Amino acid sequence: MLELQGLTKVYNTGDKALSDVTLTIPDGQVVALIGPSGAGKSTLIRCINRLVQPTSGSAIIDGVNITALGPTGLRKARRKMGMIFQEYALVERLTVMENVLSGRLGYVGFWRSLFRKFPQSDVDEAYRLLDRVGLLEMADKRADALSGGQRQRVGICRALIQNPSLLLVDEPTASLDPKTSRQIMRLIVELCSERGLAAIINIHDVALAQMYVQRVVGLKLGVVVFDGLPTALTPEVLTDIYGEEDWEATIEKVDDEDEDEAV
Amino acid sequence: MPMTEKNGQKIWQVRTTNAQLIRWAAWLVGLAVFLFSWKEISDNTLWFMMDNVGEVVADIAGRATPPRWSFITELGKPIWDTLAIATLGTIFALVMAVPVAFLAARNTTPSRLIVRPFALLIIVSTRSVNSLIWALLLVSIVGPGVLAGLIAISIRSIGFCAKLLYEAIEEINVVQVEAIKATGASPMQVMVYGIVPQIMPAFAGIAVFRWDINIRESTVLGLVGAGGIGLALQSSLNVLAWPKVSLILLVILVAVVIGEWVSAKVRGAII
Repeated sequence: MLELQGLTKVYNTGDKALSDVTLTIPDGQVVALIGPSGAGKSTLIRCINRLVQPTSGSAIIDGVNITALGPTGLRKARRKMGMIFQEYALVERLTVMENVLSGRLGYVGFWRSLFRKFPQSDVDEAYRLLDRVGLLEMADKRADALSGGQRQRVGICRALIQNPSLLLVDEPTASLDPKTSRQIMRLIVELCSERGLAAIINIHDVALAQMYVQRVVGLKLGVVVFDGLPTALTPEVLTDIYGEEDWEATIEKVDDEDEDEAV
Repeated sequence: MPMTEKNGQKIWQVRTTNAQLIRWAAWLVGLAVFLFSWKEISDNTLWFMMDNVGEVVADIAGRATPPRWSFITELGKPIWDTLAIATLGTIFALVMAVPVAFLAARNTTPSRLIVRPFALLIIVSTRSVNSLIWALLLVSIVGPGVLAGLIAISIRSIGFCAKLLYEAIEEINVVQVEAIKATGASPMQVMVYGIVPQIMPAFAGIAVFRWDINIRESTVLGLVGAGGIGLALQSSLNVLAWPKVSLILLVILVAVVIGEWVSAKVRGAII
């Protein structure tokens, strides 16, 4: 269970990215975080694993207050939080396998990781995950040889091999075409339910969010302005989050035509 | 403002009139300085020496040809020393430059206020003194020979390699580093997985580029007694043995061409 209590971030420039965000996300729940650019979505998930240092407030995962941890404690806590990035953030010059195994760095000593001597159980899990996302034959390719959708699936494997209890997902589909976007979203949501993972997914595409998640949180200028079911996203709510626009076309029916397509 | 209105039309210029005048004035000052310097050089040149330049060149060229080919047997050792100085010097320099570069790069330095200026000082001080001057100093410290040349080349190359490397470190993609941090990796692991792969092409390029430069620099170190083929060049010049000099120059040319070829190949293979 993740609890955010009064999480606030003020950047050095004086910009208040988050103000007093309080949220509770139970185990296994997938939450979409929507809101206009600059609303603080990225800052929020980066404050949870402290890639960004929150100014005040706390993030508590399974009783551990992440915001109060020292460097060693933080590294231990980060192992339990997998992160997936907008631009995939794979280390381009390493192979797919090295990228996936880098998800185990928090569990492996320095010398073993330097010489790529990961425990056999990690290697088995890496192959299993790559097989699960359909990239088994790509294991020895360099990451920069892959397409966008393939890279994002490697990114998902890297996050999952950490064996996390929470996924932090930052705009997973913003660099992908519409079809690949759906496949990636579906894959993330499926994997979450397979493993009982909670996830926070930052996403621009409201329709895509509605299709796949159980709960939507709307953020506007660092403040939570909506928290509810995807079906509760009415044009009025979207106007409140994003501003005036014709929202009727954006809100889609939840059952969509290519739902059964293979990932 | 660059935009003015004239007869209801908006006239747009890159610069305002004043800015334009300042630029013209700056060019004028530059030209004046150039002409003045030219005159100074001209006044201080012994022009009568130039009267028979053609004859002197032709005379030396005549004495220097044909090169004394039999002398080649005595050049094997010196050219080997020169290549060894360049190669080992580059390796030692890289070993020392890598930590300096990480301490100097803004995004990896442990402290911007204390450690970084110190690392920058190492870079600037080693870079600012020419290898020949390092060699002069070292010959008087460790005595003449290959060792002095080796240390001179190593020291001179630290700053060069560290500077280029720390610039490469500062240009890495931060998100890839964040992704490794987010897995719970330790700072050393973040370096090995997040940073090192990103700077490898730059590192290899810098290494062969500096090696290439060092081959050329180490050929002259012998002039001050620091070993290598420069020593043979010096002694041949002293006795005006022009056929030997021309052969040595040819050997140096071949060595430099081979160095350039190898470094071009290596760079091509890495990037």
